Amino acid sequence: MDIQTLTFILIGLSFTLYIGIAIWARAGSTQEFYVAGGGVHPVANGMATAADWMSAASFISMAGLISFMGYDGAVYLMGWTGGYVLLALCLAPYLRKFGKFTVPDFVGDRYYSQTARTVAVICAIFVSFTYVAGQMRGVGVVFSRFLEVDITMGVIIGMAIVFFYAVLGGMKGITYTQVAQYCVLICAYLVPAIFISIMMTGHAIPQLGFGSTMSDGSGVFLLDKLDGLSQELGFTAYTSGTKSTIDVFFITAALMVGTAGLPHVIVRFFTVPKVRDARKSAGWALLFIALLYTTAPAVATFARVNMINTINGEDMQGTFHESAPSWIKNWERTGLIKWEDKNEDGKMFYAADERNEMKIDRDIMVLANPEIANLPNWVIALVAAGGIAAALSTSAGLLLVISTSISHDLLKRNLMPRITDRQELLFARIAAAVGITVAGYLGIHPPGFVAQVVAFAFGLAASSFFPAIIMGIFYKRMNKEGAISGMLSGILFTAAYIVYFKFINPAANSPENWLFGISPEGIGTLGMLLNFGVAFLVNKLTNDAPVEVQEMVEGIRYPKGSGVAQAH
Amino acid sequence: MTDKDSSSNEAYWRENIGLVLKLLLVWFLVSFGCGILFVDQLNQIQFFGFKLGFWFAQQGAIYVFVALIFFYVAKMNKIDQKHNVHED
Repeated sequence: MDIQTLTFILIGLSFTLYIGIAIWARAGSTQEFYVAGGGVHPVANGMATAADWMSAASFISMAGLISFMGYDGAVYLMGWTGGYVLLALCLAPYLRKFGKFTVPDFVGDRYYSQTARTVAVICAIFVSFTYVAGQMRGVGVVFSRFLEVDITMGVIIGMAIVFFYAVLGGMKGITYTQVAQYCVLICAYLVPAIFISIMMTGHAIPQLGFGSTMSDGSGVFLLDKLDGLSQELGFTAYTSGTKSTIDVFFITAALMVGTAGLPHVIVRFFTVPKVRDARKSAGWALLFIALLYTTAPAVATFARVNMINTINGEDMQGTFHESAPSWIKNWERTGLIKWEDKNEDGKMFYAADERNEMKIDRDIMVLANPEIANLPNWVIALVAAGGIAAALSTSAGLLLVISTSISHDLLKRNLMPRITDRQELLFARIAAAVGITVAGYLGIHPPGFVAQVVAFAFGLAASSFFPAIIMGIFYKRMNKEGAISGMLSGILFTAAYIVYFKFINPAANSPENWLFGISPEGIGTLGMLLNFGVAFLVNKLTNDAPVEVQEMVEGIRYPKGSGVAQAH
Repeated sequence: MTDKDSSSNEAYWRENIGLVLKLLLVWFLVSFGCGILFVDQLNQIQFFGFKLGFWFAQQGAIYVFVALIFFYVAKMNKIDQKHNVHED
């Protein structure tokens, strides 16, 4: 069977599965819609969290990014996993004990202030929309390459599926489809990785193959070989980076703290029955994430060695374009690989200097990997289904945050407190539907700045939510004046820095102009420190939080007596 | 809440904070320490086919993160029991 038929079959099967689960797990109340009734098993929640967290970017782009960044890719690997330690130790158990539906709920109640709630709602919606646009683009890329349908058609199909199970099932439907999506995406990631690892190093486990000798009989370690190749071609050695230490430090910290402050990740911990389940669930989530995240750097290395060897040839003289393998031509059609024969010898050559004739988009490294390694067609189809699962699961989680923010935080808790549960549920569904439409529009007409605004999402989460929640739990005297001024100064500082370097004056975006040499990607860490500093200062100058609030904080510190998440 | 409860609660909270700080120290050391600040020094050491610093940054830190959370879960369950603040 050809790739396209197989891809249709696999994607069709996976969609049938998702829809079947959605029908089985319909939500009947706001409680089921927002937190899946609070009865999700911690392992299932761990899988759902992992699927929620690992987006099209993790699945499609991350290994490619690392492949081009070498050591510097560690900022993503550590940054997007280390945040779970913070979540498990400092946030998840307490927020679960607090027992409400959303992050703005916590911020609003803990700081006894509608202003604080509103700031939190705006951040939550902004962060989630930023993310969702990127997911829909991922769906579009996969559809256009593997099914050769129009990107627009691909996005509409994706929207229809998400619409069906998110609007119908709410958190309950999303949770159980995410469990299925995790299984699809992890298989799709591991199977080609294992094949390639065996092929290149003789080890079935990519994490070990990564540190082994090449199976070509030369006895050279894979990484040493890649370091040598990289330097020969004018790149820096793969295992040493080009970013400054301070920048690597700040970016890693911003991503970690940002992860721990992302609303769509935090709400997942409201769905488990008990505080101890919230802790355990964070452990399972990270374990499931680590399976992919420790494989990615291995894939990055295999793919890079493979790619250089294919394009430059074993003798490093370049290979003729007309005899190039079919994957080069397949991806040239999508515009993600470009070849320009500068020296007109008919050969392709890839290098860092003037010898270079190739433009290779980092997004194809994972998607093209099975083709590069000549894997069977069903593996290629599986990767396509995995990419779509990753994009859909994350979009659904984000849409839920958007719809909850609007129906619950904005309408029920702010503008229309007297609506009934049924009306609130209806509003939640309408908001989810509107959210999907906007996300789909952004996917079909992607704004040019999607990549840039991702830094925004993490920066904002790091500089706003994270300090507010940490102080809310661990410093009970923190008052609303401190928290609000801290959040505002953190956000404004971070946003101003990013907007300046990314939009107003992108030409100046280079290390010598950066504050302390910190790039816009890492500035959220400084914003977070500023948030803490301002909050403590203002808190010192104003009255401590009221006694009843301090007692509430006292209450969330002890697991005893946690119930299912409640609206009031 | 009786006096005995509240003193036990305070001891519970202190023990919890102590544990969390210790684990966060490990968290910081493996990622920011071994993976970033001391990466060049550690890269002098060969660990199978890896330079050790590079291994921590792209593999080791993540394994330690997972272990840290499961250790915390087990330890906290015991502390919850000890101070009688566990859920039914």
